[in-house]
Amino acid sequence: MPSFIDRRLNPKDKSLSNRQRFLRRARVELKRAVHEQIKAGKIVDVDAGHTVPFPIDGTSEPTFQQDRSSGRREHVLPGNREFISGDRLPKPGQGGGTGAGKGAASEGEMEDDFRFVLSREEVLDLFFEDLELPDMIKSSLKEAVTFKPRRAGFTIAGAPTNINVGRTMRNSFGRRIALRRPKLAEVDALADEIAKLEAKHAKPGTATFNRLVELRLELEILQRRRKVVAYIDPVDIRFNRFEPMPLPNANAVMFCLMDVSGSMGEREKDLAKRFFVLLHLFLKRRYDRIDIVFIRHTHQAHEVDEETFFRSTQSGGTVVSTALEEMQRIILDRYPSRDWNIYAAQASDGDNLAGDSEHCVNLLNSQLMKQCQYYAYVEILDERESAIFRSTDNGTSLWRSYRLVGENWRNFQMTRIAKPGDIYPVFRQLFAKQSASAKNG
Amino acid sequence: MSKSAGTSDLLFHGSDWSFDTLSRTYDAIKEVALGDLGLDVYPNQLEIISSEQMLDAYSSNGMPLIYQHWSFGKHFVYEDYLYRKGRRGLAYEIVINSNPCITYLMEENTMALQALVTAHASFGHNHFFKNNYLFKQWTDASAILNYMEFAKGYVSRCEERYGFAEVESILDAAHTLMDQAVFRYRRPPRISSAREQERVRERLEYEDRVFSDLWRTLPQSKHSENSTEAELDALERKKSLNLPEENLLYFLEKTSLILEPWQREILRIVRIVAQYFYPQRQTKVMNEGCATFVHYTIMNMLFDKGRISEGHLLEMLHSHSNVVFQPGFDDPRYSGLNPYALGFAMMQDIERICLQPTSEDRDWFPEFAGNGDWRATLLDAWANHRDESFLLQYLSPALIRKMRLFSLDDEAKENHYRVASIHNERGYEKVRSTLARSYDLGMNQPNIQVVDVDLLGNRQLRLQHTVREGIILGETTRDATLRHVRRLWGYDVSLIGVDASSGKVLYETSTDKLAE
Repeated sequence: MPSFIDRRLNPKDKSLSNRQRFLRRARVELKRAVHEQIKAGKIVDVDAGHTVPFPIDGTSEPTFQQDRSSGRREHVLPGNREFISGDRLPKPGQGGGTGAGKGAASEGEMEDDFRFVLSREEVLDLFFEDLELPDMIKSSLKEAVTFKPRRAGFTIAGAPTNINVGRTMRNSFGRRIALRRPKLAEVDALADEIAKLEAKHAKPGTATFNRLVELRLELEILQRRRKVVAYIDPVDIRFNRFEPMPLPNANAVMFCLMDVSGSMGEREKDLAKRFFVLLHLFLKRRYDRIDIVFIRHTHQAHEVDEETFFRSTQSGGTVVSTALEEMQRIILDRYPSRDWNIYAAQASDGDNLAGDSEHCVNLLNSQLMKQCQYYAYVEILDERESAIFRSTDNGTSLWRSYRLVGENWRNFQMTRIAKPGDIYPVFRQLFAKQSASAKNG
Repeated sequence: MSKSAGTSDLLFHGSDWSFDTLSRTYDAIKEVALGDLGLDVYPNQLEIISSEQMLDAYSSNGMPLIYQHWSFGKHFVYEDYLYRKGRRGLAYEIVINSNPCITYLMEENTMALQALVTAHASFGHNHFFKNNYLFKQWTDASAILNYMEFAKGYVSRCEERYGFAEVESILDAAHTLMDQAVFRYRRPPRISSAREQERVRERLEYEDRVFSDLWRTLPQSKHSENSTEAELDALERKKSLNLPEENLLYFLEKTSLILEPWQREILRIVRIVAQYFYPQRQTKVMNEGCATFVHYTIMNMLFDKGRISEGHLLEMLHSHSNVVFQPGFDDPRYSGLNPYALGFAMMQDIERICLQPTSEDRDWFPEFAGNGDWRATLLDAWANHRDESFLLQYLSPALIRKMRLFSLDDEAKENHYRVASIHNERGYEKVRSTLARSYDLGMNQPNIQVVDVDLLGNRQLRLQHTVREGIILGETTRDATLRHVRRLWGYDVSLIGVDASSGKVLYETSTDKLAE
């Protein structure tokens, strides 16, 4: 009789920790590869898995290998049809022996052309590894939780309102049985008997009298016992225990504000979209539920769907404040700021109607900034301009006005981008740890 | 499913398996294997696993337990990738050379496949492991599982104590030398049991406890020994260190000046794992051939006895022929000689030669041609050969013709191959010996030995690569590996390549010249 063992219920993933060790080791390299791919303009695919070339530096396992371009070898192959000895065969291409090597050598080559796939989770982990939400009141999940009490068993201390009567009485009953507390019925029976005997007015010395004395003694013992063994003792009392359950404040709404006036061409919209995708991914990591509101504006602002947001060619003059007003309206309407973490990102080329910028600053200062977790302004520059504007405080009227906002509010950040490659660093700068962004800001 | 009386003897119906049918089938196979074929096996333990667990098993060399290291994770990722891409199917089975012999059966297999696998692994491989001289001499089937358990625990204790990074760096370095970590010419010391290991560990701990740093400050008497040693000539120095030494890891474990006791123990673990797998690498053709021949024969015998239905036999034959498929060299599917195909074909050929020899066979194999006892002939071959000697003695002209084998000379500098010999009268010997040599690990792996150590000077470790047929080492991997050797040795390491026939130095390198 052989021994059969069913291992199917044994834990699988025996090699999970080895895989984790491998990922940890390859981490730097993987991260570089992922960032490279994202920089190369595939932000939309960030959410999907990625392939990363393999082997990776730092995970190669060198051994002494024969150099295949040296020396003399002999091979035996099957399936000869036409050759006789002395024939010559041209070698196929560079370095390719027809199945010459075996074992380690050929396996090594196999691994070279192997790209392995990171799961979505792994990609995002690498992607967001060193990003953090700005350090605001409700911002990070850890701080933003509210607590809801949840029943969690019993405890021996608590408020009288939380006494659990059933459990308390059960304990008391058990204790009474264990300590043999005389029942009321027993006492009553005894008292009755005593009363009956007393009615006879027996004389001392008679049997009845002695019996009466005995009974009285017994009654006294019972009563003392009843006094000592309380009906409900403090040790019986149990209170319902409540444990505060953290309730994640898991709602976030993201406002995407975009200027779609004539100056915002395909390139600008594309850049803006990439930025929004990143922001979206980023927020999706932190919140169970996230809403996106798209607001586009020319000289008037509308809430639109994503398709219209990025594709529509409608154009007109530019009044930025209309978008802010629209945002304010929607917040009041649908997203009360005590329930929602509100994020906003505004993308614009900075052109605005003369005088409107001040209005924007007012709107932000007086209302929006109080409600938002974070407000990021991204100005999209012409690549030629970027060299001029990158380092200076000069800029469009909107830029100069917004600088005033930035001085007042820590949760307001602004920056400029000119090409896809800028987005990620800029994003990181915007959403970097607060200390870092304070320095940059 | 026919319900006639004739099918009542069948071991199983349909394709689902149950522990009942597995057990009944096992018994029937065992009867044939032991009674009819005369196999001799370790007790069997069959374990049912899922496909994920099979992938897990792959990545750790099939060992049920092994210490943790990222390279196993890397192999898992690789295997997983191939599997998911459909580039490679999962093996139906994995079998472990241990006592009891452990066979993994995949739950996805049909009953017919489970029967095939049982015959293949639990009897074919098992018999081979137990009886082949290489395994008998070089591995300890009964000790390996205990030892691996010890190794796993030891490595993880080291990680706790000395940190992941430290342990990882030692393992990394040791892994690069696994090919140079076997004794090829003498029997390795027996794997000591866990208890012995425990004793060693206790001793080390004791030494740790009583170690007083003060003693280190005393003038060492060894110093004077060393200075006298300086006057001895190099020959004696080498003799005292037992040089040259082919087992690099063994040498480093025993001689390295910088390794801590626990680091030596880890080198020892890696070395023992390498040694344990060494016989398997020398007997691929034989081992797989033996298992394939055994399952094929047993299945046919069971069919003849009416224990397996026609349909199930066909299903098995389908799997069987997939396993022994050998595309020609110019077929896009060609990826070298298939050890299953070659081994199986040779063993069938031996059976044929025993039973119906041609006159050619009588000329070539006078010892057993026509002896009629193919069982004994095969048992003898399985017990006493490794791939190289097996091919050299048993590959027949008939099979060379059948497989249309031919040999190619490949001069790396030329841009063409030259057909050296083909399957004809003049070529048989040459094809056979060439093929046999290609399975000789000793010939195919770079021959690198420790030849000298300059303990007094810069303590440089001198390695020598004996270059055969002008085949040198790939430079990148060579230098990377040398860096790892340096890590274990602690001082510079040099490597020279010396041509085997002319004795000329072909190249010379050392770690102090390598850029980090």
